[in-house]
Amino acid sequence: MSLPIYATFGQRVWYYAFRVICALIFIFLITPILVVIPLSFNAENFFTFTPKMLSFDPEGYSLKHYRDFFTNNEWQRSFKNSLIIAPIATILSVSLGTLAAIGLSQSHVPFRRGIMAILISPMIVPLIISATGMFFFYSKIGNFMEGSLGLDKNFVGYLKVILAHAVLGIPFVIITVTATLVGFDRSLTRAAANMGANPVTTFFRVQMPLILPGVISGGLFAFITSFDEVVVVLFVGSASQKTLPWQMFIGLREQVSPTILAVATILVGVSILLLTTVELLRRRSERLRGMSPG
Amino acid sequence: MSDTATNAPVLAADGTPLKRSLSRALRVQKMRALALIAPLLIFVLISFILPIGDMLFRSVENQIVENTLPYTVEELGKWDGASDELPPEPVFRDMYFDLFLAAEMKRHTRLGSRLNYEASGMSSLFRQAGRKLDDPGKDAQDTLEEIDPRWGERETYYEIFNAAEGVAVDDALLSAQEKRIRWLADEPPTGEMNFAPSAEASALLPLAARVYTSFGVITGLVDNKVVEKTKPMESLYLALVQDVTRPGFVDDLAAYNGPQKDALAALATAGLTAPNYTQIFEEVDRNWAKVETWRIIQTHSGPYTSGYFLNAIDMQKTPEGAAVQPENKRVLIQLFIRTIIMSLTIMGACILLGYPVAWLLANLPMRQANLLMMLVLLPFWTSLLVRTSAWKVMLQQNGVVNDVLVWIGLVADNDRLVLINNQIGTITAMTHILLPFMILPMYSVMQTINPSYLRAAKSLGATNWTAFWRVYFPQSIPGIGAGSILVFILSIGYYITPEIVGGTKGVFISNRIAYHISSSLNWGLAAALGTILLVVVLALYWCYDKIVGIDNVKLG
Repeated sequence: MSLPIYATFGQRVWYYAFRVICALIFIFLITPILVVIPLSFNAENFFTFTPKMLSFDPEGYSLKHYRDFFTNNEWQRSFKNSLIIAPIATILSVSLGTLAAIGLSQSHVPFRRGIMAILISPMIVPLIISATGMFFFYSKIGNFMEGSLGLDKNFVGYLKVILAHAVLGIPFVIITVTATLVGFDRSLTRAAANMGANPVTTFFRVQMPLILPGVISGGLFAFITSFDEVVVVLFVGSASQKTLPWQMFIGLREQVSPTILAVATILVGVSILLLTTVELLRRRSERLRGMSPG
Repeated sequence: MSDTATNAPVLAADGTPLKRSLSRALRVQKMRALALIAPLLIFVLISFILPIGDMLFRSVENQIVENTLPYTVEELGKWDGASDELPPEPVFRDMYFDLFLAAEMKRHTRLGSRLNYEASGMSSLFRQAGRKLDDPGKDAQDTLEEIDPRWGERETYYEIFNAAEGVAVDDALLSAQEKRIRWLADEPPTGEMNFAPSAEASALLPLAARVYTSFGVITGLVDNKVVEKTKPMESLYLALVQDVTRPGFVDDLAAYNGPQKDALAALATAGLTAPNYTQIFEEVDRNWAKVETWRIIQTHSGPYTSGYFLNAIDMQKTPEGAAVQPENKRVLIQLFIRTIIMSLTIMGACILLGYPVAWLLANLPMRQANLLMMLVLLPFWTSLLVRTSAWKVMLQQNGVVNDVLVWIGLVADNDRLVLINNQIGTITAMTHILLPFMILPMYSVMQTINPSYLRAAKSLGATNWTAFWRVYFPQSIPGIGAGSILVFILSIGYYITPEIVGGTKGVFISNRIAYHISSSLNWGLAAALGTILLVVVLALYWCYDKIVGIDNVKLG
């Protein structure tokens, strides 16, 4: 990869030009995410750098947008809704998804391809189509649950959004957990059975600890899918289920407030945290499988 | 090795033939696997596949016309829509009573908006009719009261139409009307029935009995009131006039033994004339007396329709078959083409930007590559809305991009570029958002390409370019293919980003779907557009599965 000593002038030029091009592409990738961070500390209600900010005048910076986020009822309510919906949806998709992934990775599964296609489909079908279908269907189900079963309107609203988000998260759980199970040594379960452990004990004491990294990273994917999802919640939910992305979407479309940038910065922090966790888990699982950390 | 007889079946430890024992073990294994999968499969089927199926069904479903105007649709079927004559009087008569009931249940506006998708003006036509149909009924009521004051009292009607103790009930009529009202009701009705139509009255006064029964069902089931104490709806009086003026009424009345026979006889001899419904509708609005109006209703009266799909591809359903929409209404095909072209542009941009990066990542030493990989993965993990809002901030007239361009001197301060609310905005933002989906598959393919091939090509005399183009590039094509299909599938259905940075010129077909769901409420068209999009995506998905295999999708 490094430049040989005998490289011609043209090769040298191309070598450096190529690096510059790549650097520009990396800048393109990362700038939008970095730009929101300083802008969120803007003392003015602007979306751009003020002269004071560029001259690093401390007066040009303030925490007022963060203060707004933490005191504004609308933002707080939507944040709370996100924190209710995403974890429950994640638990649902992880528990069902892990079981199914274990089933799918057995050696003889009838209709494996077809089942896999159905389980992966929520990831492939465009969100707008899932949202359209769910909009029609879930409103019928919702009416039925409110009308005939007499359930609370608010509860039904949350239930609908949670179910919808759980379905959207399932493909990610299936993909990550089946990938982990590929490297799982089956003789370990046989050994456990040999020593008298029943299937449940084997699962929790032998299999689960080994596939846990895959399950957790699948769960993180499912969590971020729900936490970041707008389209479906926009169609399926009602105003009392307004989530954080929904509130941001409204903000971007209608009353543009720089509080969005403060929220965006917080979310960038969250994603760095998630990314680090997933990376660490991936390395751990590859180390366990005896591969070099990639 | 074996000392048993060669012909005897091999036995398992418990004495059963080994073959059977093995196949049973296999079956148990299969069942166990299925039992593990079943909960999730059922969950996904119910909460995802069924809704999609529901959407597919909605794109052809058209029961609203038939269910709201059941009798009219039946009569209208006998009319030849190709003729230049208006439908016959019975069509107008049934339309009067069907529409009156629909207006009573506040469903006529919905029917109006349904038909308005096919021809503008229908919505106001129905709304207006719903308001004005009371008047002829009130006039009829006055006439009846003048003939005999008993016709001004609600008890009279109840006595005639209600089946008292021991009187035969017209069950067919009752269940037909109940079914109809249940369909028309917005919410499942919760009241109780306190009325049953008498068979004798419905034989003598068929139309009035039908109207009164539907009134009875509404009062009892929907409003939960006592039918006897409630004032009937105005259409009943007109129906009564219709029935007593029908040919053969006098003979039937002679055979009638039910209540209020003399009051009915008074009507029979009062010299009433049958109402002229064609005239009534003409007075409501002249458009009711136009053949086109009735042709539209007739064309769209079937329970299933191809109309939404035809609309989705800029055509319309007419009595003569499918026809192209007028030029000013043709927007959707253009929008489909624009969606595809923009998705291809985004895909192309992703290939151009992704290839060098993937190559660099695949060829750098592991430690550096991992570090740079973070720069790819961070955008991938960052919230879609964060990235979209970042682009909204950056691309504005006074945004960071324009500021930098002005600062460098490429653009004059008073001539800033318009980068947002157009196609440039959508393409820039979406290329950024989808780029990781291109880089990751390319990277994983490029990692597997053996670098010694390139060295071999060079040692055989190839220039750098030839070695790359003839040896390296062909091996990296699977990565490009996988990434391209993935990016294309994702971009063709994008909604959020075009909605925020696309303005009016940079939106996709999905924005149109959302518009029809939440603003124009033309759900059938939204479902048809969604179905077309779904078919395209599934076809691409199938290709992806053939090329890459869905099992090989890797995340992160």
